[in-house]
Amino acid sequence: MIMGKQKKTKEIIIQIDGKEVKVAEGMTILEAAQSANIFIPTLCHHEKLEPYGACRICTVEVEVRGWTSLVAACLYPVEKDLIVRTRSGKVDKIRKMILEFLLAHAPYSPRLQDLAQEYGADRDRFEKESSFCILCGLCVRYCAEVKKKNAVGFVDCGARREIRFIPEIAAKACVNCKECFELCPTSYLQAAFVLAESLTFSKDTPSTASTK
Amino acid sequence: MNSASELEELRKGILSKRDPDKPCIAICAGMGCLGLDNGRVISAFEKEIDKKKLKIKVDIRTTGCHGYCEKGPLVVIYPEEICYVEVTPKDVPEIISQTVLRKKVIDRLIYTDPDTGEKAAHQSEIPFYKNQMRHLMGNNTKIDPRSIDDYLAVGGYSALSKSLLEMSPKKVLDEIKKAELRGRGGGGFLAGRKWETARNAPGKEKYVIVNSHEGELGAFMDRALFTGNPHSVLEGLIIGAYAIGSHQGFIYTRHDTPQLKSNIDMALAQAEEYGLLGENILGSGFNFHVEVHLDIGIFVSGESSALMRSIEGNAPEPRPKYIHTSVKGIRKKPSVLNNVETWANVPLIIDKGSEWYARTGTERSKGTKLVSLSGNIVNTGVAEVPFGTTIREIVYGIGGGIPNGKKLKAVHFGGPMGGSIPESLLDAPLDFDELSKLGASIGAGSMLVLDEDTSMVDVARYFLDFLSNESCGKCVPCREGIRQMLRILTNIRDGKGREGDIELLEEISEVTGAASLCALGKTAADPLLSTLRYFKDEYEANIEKVKSPAEKRE
Repeated sequence: MIMGKQKKTKEIIIQIDGKEVKVAEGMTILEAAQSANIFIPTLCHHEKLEPYGACRICTVEVEVRGWTSLVAACLYPVEKDLIVRTRSGKVDKIRKMILEFLLAHAPYSPRLQDLAQEYGADRDRFEKESSFCILCGLCVRYCAEVKKKNAVGFVDCGARREIRFIPEIAAKACVNCKECFELCPTSYLQAAFVLAESLTFSKDTPSTASTK
Repeated sequence: MNSASELEELRKGILSKRDPDKPCIAICAGMGCLGLDNGRVISAFEKEIDKKKLKIKVDIRTTGCHGYCEKGPLVVIYPEEICYVEVTPKDVPEIISQTVLRKKVIDRLIYTDPDTGEKAAHQSEIPFYKNQMRHLMGNNTKIDPRSIDDYLAVGGYSALSKSLLEMSPKKVLDEIKKAELRGRGGGGFLAGRKWETARNAPGKEKYVIVNSHEGELGAFMDRALFTGNPHSVLEGLIIGAYAIGSHQGFIYTRHDTPQLKSNIDMALAQAEEYGLLGENILGSGFNFHVEVHLDIGIFVSGESSALMRSIEGNAPEPRPKYIHTSVKGIRKKPSVLNNVETWANVPLIIDKGSEWYARTGTERSKGTKLVSLSGNIVNTGVAEVPFGTTIREIVYGIGGGIPNGKKLKAVHFGGPMGGSIPESLLDAPLDFDELSKLGASIGAGSMLVLDEDTSMVDVARYFLDFLSNESCGKCVPCREGIRQMLRILTNIRDGKGREGDIELLEEISEVTGAASLCALGKTAADPLLSTLRYFKDEYEANIEKVKSPAEKRE
């Protein structure tokens, strides 16, 4: 991420789940864990994209100079003598509830179901709100950062946040691309639906096409 | 201006042209009074003075907020400092002929205590003002916010001149540290420590920022202070920039307060014209420029990292602060963000010294605090009190207690990320740490007073409803946690609560508090938790109702 420019990286030793790991300073905990073959679940992370820190499923427990805190592994930069616990009572509790929150939206997502099994998450704990989209932003960020098209974006905020294709851009950019569909951790139904909707919409009313 | 002596010359010049005995009518044009149609009062005064050909003999000054919004439109007549409340355009000819010209007090227009019937003609005798310590707000009645000369006349920019020409940046920083100034925006973080981090952070380019977003519900003291006395905040900002080695400042304010924006723009232009801003300020060799930015209108824009992203031109979504913004803020450069009130304290500390400053307040909360009083309280308005004042003194001594003979139930601090304390804890002092311990973080200083008719379930629900629209919606624990908590609270309010709801609320709030990305999510459940702490019976009663249908029908 930010550290990309600094070429002279120092090697430091940190501890992940009791194991001493040699990592480069400035790496994130997630990168450090991956380099040591230690698994941390993620939903909004993609190696081609800037770390985002939205799903929080990668939350881990860290200890720095005796202070314990819960941080997002995909964002937290490692430092000397850092102690990381990728599983703990607190961590598991957080992951379980995050999964339950998300399963209310996408109850049939295989990825969510697998994780739900691991963490004992109840698919029916919260009232269903089947929008399929869990707002991980992979499609939005992929389109902006990799494809540099911004054909899909977030609209609105808080509980009303959703993804929308911008018809004027989507009509040109999406037809032959659709690379974002594969990134979707739930299913690309939502993306496809929204895309189709906005394309149709823009055909009917080309000059006044809006995102609503 | 190129030196301290030129500034003092200018000040002397301004003061010599002013006769302290000349009558001056200070009319409040703060947001509250304007809402009460003070514009018509102002034009009535102008017309009357024109008509009586008194222009040379009498001054009119339209000022910022005086604080006592409840009794607006407010008019103060100097030099006697006679305060008239609830003035209408019809009263104006009489005020001119009786009070301004004949020095007679008009009984009908002065403050009358609703309980004792006692009258008070002077501002300093009115209980609302009498029980305050107005170090920051006191100048509001003496200044036309659109006149830099007015600010200079009350000693303005002397702290800047002292800092730039007599003190090293390190010495300025030390004063702020010694004063133990804590951020007034909500976190209560030591400003000096933040400044020091930014000062020591690598890089030449550094930024200072005024957070004037003030999105906290029920908070209106920052706009009262900033609109009424913009130069005091600007002076603090320039001093802070000098201390940390910054040459670029930003003011981030609201799109929906045009009066504030216009006063800030005016202040910047005037300061620049006088050589108090820009290149080589007062001949010191120090350069500093300021840009004004407007928000895009969501609550979370006021969160420091979201605000900085907004200034960069991005969507105001918070980012994690594993590396502090004082090290990597705007454009990844060290950035010091303080709120309006914090900056306004800076000239005061430099002028009078940290020792003097630290004499006011409690052991760990120094100085005064602005609070905005609203809700079920007799006197709605902006008050300034020393830290350590009890909540009871604020609510009863200044606020005049609860209207309509009702009993007080709770006082809610800090808006949607704050908490409530019950009547039994009213003797708690206004103090960052003491209130935090009680689960009611002081926030930016909004005090919402709630009477016995208030449902605390409704209060908690209201704040979550607000946040469900105002969270940026980026991270799952905040967006979805708030959604689910709101749903449960709505059910409880509607009598559809289920056994286990309280435990579920507690569980969600724990996850939201621990795993959210920014302070909004981390503290979103605070109002809920504080009402559960002190008013759990209200939740239980609402859930109980469901169990016995007979009761439900009542």
